[in-house]
Amino acid sequence: MNVLEFSLIVFTCSIAAGFLGSLTGLGGGFLVTPVLTLLFGVDIRYAIGASLISVIATSSGAAAAYVKEGFTNLRVGMLLEIATSLGAVVGASLVSVLPGRAIAVVFGLVLMQSAWISSRRHADPDTSNMPPDRLAARLQLDSTYPTAQGLRGYRVSNVPAGFGLMWIAGLLSGLLGIGSGAVKVLAMDQAMHIPFKVSTATSNFMIGVTAAASAGIYFRAGYVDPELAMPVMLGVALGALMGARLLFRTPTARLRLLFGAIVALVGLEMIYHGVVGRV
Amino acid sequence: MSQPVRGAVDPRVQQAIGNLLRTGVVVAALVTLIGAVIYLLHHGQALPSYRHFHAQPSDLRHPGGIVQDALAEHGRGIIQLGLILLVATPVSRVAVTVIAFALERDRAYVVIALIVLALLLGSLFG
Repeated sequence: MNVLEFSLIVFTCSIAAGFLGSLTGLGGGFLVTPVLTLLFGVDIRYAIGASLISVIATSSGAAAAYVKEGFTNLRVGMLLEIATSLGAVVGASLVSVLPGRAIAVVFGLVLMQSAWISSRRHADPDTSNMPPDRLAARLQLDSTYPTAQGLRGYRVSNVPAGFGLMWIAGLLSGLLGIGSGAVKVLAMDQAMHIPFKVSTATSNFMIGVTAAASAGIYFRAGYVDPELAMPVMLGVALGALMGARLLFRTPTARLRLLFGAIVALVGLEMIYHGVVGRV
Repeated sequence: MSQPVRGAVDPRVQQAIGNLLRTGVVVAALVTLIGAVIYLLHHGQALPSYRHFHAQPSDLRHPGGIVQDALAEHGRGIIQLGLILLVATPVSRVAVTVIAFALERDRAYVVIALIVLALLLGSLFG
């Protein structure tokens, strides 16, 4: 297999990964690292380097659409980006310290946790009449988002808990070369009581910045190989675009369950390979 | 009923940020694609090796090989430029956010956005 054939096969697999990532809402780069390490035997450091780059492309593309529609909470995003950037720098620095096997096991665990979260249902309670949270009010985090019935207000709470969870999201992003959108959405939607659609939009908005905080460390350490990152980034971006165009409505419960099961199986496979040392 | 709306940011700022992100991704992807075509035209027949982490070997055995490598390195450089433009997209978005909050005279968020910008630049050039 020469470079051209390898690039084309990786490109095709990356389209599939981006497509599936977009449908599950887990993000484009999520399945790229398992595909590269498990199917092609690529060193996990090269794989997460290529994945991190592709994450910036897909999240920025999605974030552009959300922010124009008015779903994104810019203040919440900016404030929490301090936490994710700090976490990302620590996570990216850990890549050179930890053995590849340990990274694979953590990756598998995060995949399984994300599969669990993505298969859940979401209900947004009306928070607009709640008493304002003092810290959230001081930081002007309460805002509105568009619904079928016009603009709807919401209140934000538990800012310190959300900030702490975002640090962990950043750490995982830097360590695994993922967007860790699932943890970001969890922090906003569960801990801070932000409506799910706003949480998703703001998470996409933050993923690019979080990944950029690790990128410098990745480039300097040589994890970003241009030849490998090129087909991965272009493929994942194209796949994510196709997923967003094709399936505009949210997938049915049965489809979500199927996707969740696939992601969980890939997670198990990563843990197994990490434990037996075949990464 | 009191609608909490203070956190909402000027819609024009939202449009500008959305356009910046979209343009950044499209330009970065195009540059990467151009580099990919040049690289694969000159280097497509070589054998890849990503199984182990190592430095890039160079083929300098005959004059034709040197020219071919130079052109391939050119493609590699253009790909690298595309990837760096991609990383620069969210960083420039934070810079624009600093200006947007300054225009709204929101000092607290100018400081917050500057902290994020400093963290990003420190990590990129540190």
